[in-house]
Amino acid sequence: MIGLCPAVAESRDPAMYDIVAREDFSESTFLLEVKHPLLAKAAKPGQFVIVMSQADGERIPLTIADFSVERGTVTLVIQAVGKTTMEMQQRCVVGSALYALVGPMGTPSHIGKLGKVACVGGGLGVAPVYPQARAFKENGAYVVGIIGFRSKDLIFWQDKFEKVCDELIICTDDGSAGIKGLVTDGIHMAIDKHPDIEEVVAIGPPVMMKFCAEATRPRDIKTTVSLNPIMVDGTGMCGGCRVSVGGEMRFCCVDGPDFDGHQVNFDELMRRLARFRDDERVALERWSRSDNCRMGTEEPAIE
Amino acid sequence: MAKKTIRNIPQDRTAMPVQKPEDRVCNFSEVALGYSVANALNEAERCIMCPQEPCVKGCPVQIDIPGFIQKICDQNIRGAYDVLTEANLLPAICGRVCPQESQCEQVCVVGDHLEPVAIGRLERFVGDAAVAEGWTNEPEIEPNGRRVAVVGAGPAGIACAADMAKAGCEVVIYDALHRPGGVLSYGIPEFRLPNSIVDDEFSKVIQLGVKVECNTLVGRLFTIEQLREEMGFDAVFIGTGAGYPSFMGIPGESLNGVLSANEFLTRCNLMQAGEFPRKDTPLHLGRKVVVIGSGNTAMDAMRVSLRLGAEEVHCLYRRTRTESPARAEEVNHAEEEGVIFHWLTAPVEILDDGDSNVRALRCIRMELGEPDQSGRRRPVPIEASEYEFEADTVIYAIGTNANPIMGQTSDLELNKWGYIEADEQQQTSHAGVFAGGDIVTGAATVILAMGAGRQAARSMKAYLGLLDPQEMGVSEADRPRIFGIDARQRNFHRVRLGV
Repeated sequence: MIGLCPAVAESRDPAMYDIVAREDFSESTFLLEVKHPLLAKAAKPGQFVIVMSQADGERIPLTIADFSVERGTVTLVIQAVGKTTMEMQQRCVVGSALYALVGPMGTPSHIGKLGKVACVGGGLGVAPVYPQARAFKENGAYVVGIIGFRSKDLIFWQDKFEKVCDELIICTDDGSAGIKGLVTDGIHMAIDKHPDIEEVVAIGPPVMMKFCAEATRPRDIKTTVSLNPIMVDGTGMCGGCRVSVGGEMRFCCVDGPDFDGHQVNFDELMRRLARFRDDERVALERWSRSDNCRMGTEEPAIE
Repeated sequence: MAKKTIRNIPQDRTAMPVQKPEDRVCNFSEVALGYSVANALNEAERCIMCPQEPCVKGCPVQIDIPGFIQKICDQNIRGAYDVLTEANLLPAICGRVCPQESQCEQVCVVGDHLEPVAIGRLERFVGDAAVAEGWTNEPEIEPNGRRVAVVGAGPAGIACAADMAKAGCEVVIYDALHRPGGVLSYGIPEFRLPNSIVDDEFSKVIQLGVKVECNTLVGRLFTIEQLREEMGFDAVFIGTGAGYPSFMGIPGESLNGVLSANEFLTRCNLMQAGEFPRKDTPLHLGRKVVVIGSGNTAMDAMRVSLRLGAEEVHCLYRRTRTESPARAEEVNHAEEEGVIFHWLTAPVEILDDGDSNVRALRCIRMELGEPDQSGRRRPVPIEASEYEFEADTVIYAIGTNANPIMGQTSDLELNKWGYIEADEQQQTSHAGVFAGGDIVTGAATVILAMGAGRQAARSMKAYLGLLDPQEMGVSEADRPRIFGIDARQRNFHRVRLGV
């Protein structure tokens, strides 16, 4: 194995990237609060980090869900969907540490002085849209929060959103809480009630962001989306994160991750996200058979 | 001993043993195996110790080349290492990756009549001996209280950091990746430059007291201005490299199976994707790989592809072999290993298989027209010569643009291409901030970046009011012993020669 040379390994600060808190929102979604005072100080809404959970691990980009200068921490919300994230779900407990955490990456969101905005989060996007809602609120805007979950028991951060939103629309697929419907239904409600909404910020799975952009397009409301394509270094070097915006190639890591949702080619983004689908399946199957995996045997990882 | 002349030296350049193409294409071990002691002694005898020493001027970091070769002739390899490391802490790396044929060896006097002295191979021989024997020059550095930040742990940053540490400064190198080395770690493959060599020589820099902080994206975690104003650094060197790979803007570049050489090499070298799924990072290399471009990076990408089991590897280049920017040796190695070259060919479109994957390229044949600004004959498309070429992986190795992060996060002056504006002394528009390597010049070589790092260190010393030993007329006897500055200023550095 090629590791860091001993001298470099020794010069590493052992107290870096400690996990100080963890919260599980559902069977697959969990929150990690990680110590990194400098990063907490530098982070701005819309930025992301790259994480490695272990030396042989992948570098995975994660949008910063929250940061606290006082606590010297950044918060990440992770969905266990593949080998790396499922392994993190098992290993990343309070008292353990990440192998690497680098950021903040990307151009911070532009938080303009606006009268009225809607901040939309679905699935994994609920967490990263929170700092944007808070920043708009601090900038004096009237903030309509729209957050979507599958059902009532998967809802998280309702209290945090209520503190920074003037109105909060919760959408559930099954109607067990809030309105029954998707976040796009929430957007329609909001823009019908508030035709003066100047900007919609939407963060979530690409297909959700695509339909959020379609929902606002007829009224020509500025719609900002935060993209999360596959990347390696996150510093503009690999070009793996290239996306088409208004017909032009842009690198999400340094030119984004925020882009004009009406200009993004979401279909291309979704195809590129599936680039390693077969490899991901191989990695997950191999891992779930291994001794390291403590997943229940009665519940296969993937069908 | 009789004076050496062109007539009495060994006439033939000593060949370097190499792995056979059919063997090496199946492994990641080094291609060039290095000189034996007998090889090295024979080649060292070919240096006639000419008084002009053009090779020293031909070296971007001004290694005392006749000096270290004389030590080899004296069978004092340890002494040769001491002479080399005075100018260059990374001889095993530079001996492998420098384009000596266009630098020191190009101007070698012996080369006027015979093949030039194989300076690079001798440098590598000494560097490898030091790695094998664990030689190190334990530094005794008199701290001068100055603090220097270096941004980027690649060749430029390492060279600058080493010189500033020797001068007595407290040096911190920051790097955005989780592993230091820059292009030496993420870019150059194992069979040309083993990571163990990078680690070993990098540890020499650490031994000078240099602190390395990885996972640190300067510009975003803190800015260049903050380093100077809030974090107490007296001077800053920026050596962040070029990055930002170029594409051509033809249809189909977003298809799965199209990637930059940077991404391909980073996955393979830094993340070891060749070992997937034992290592987590995937690569998904296809069966038939096409690499666009014909520089050294293209050669690396093609040779890695072969080693990872690609059935066919093709190189598309719009000019001819003569204009190819790669080192001739690299093109030869690639050809021996089975790369198929398509000169005077350019892609015009990448075609999909109906499921967003690459199926083929549409190519066009070119011919050479009038010379362009670079003096090379401009490739011109031949009408109605388009044809389809089947492939499932397309790797772009057509160069890079400036990385935008420094420009986004500081008010340093940039040139019109986005590279940092720096003068010949590597001075930027900010006092105390120096820059060098690819982020100033655009993509170049490891050794040119190191040369820029050393020049920046000289300028930095002047800026900080530290004297340079090279201008102090240090006696020949003291040269291996004194790197440093001025005893009266309590900031010189003495090396205790190891055993």
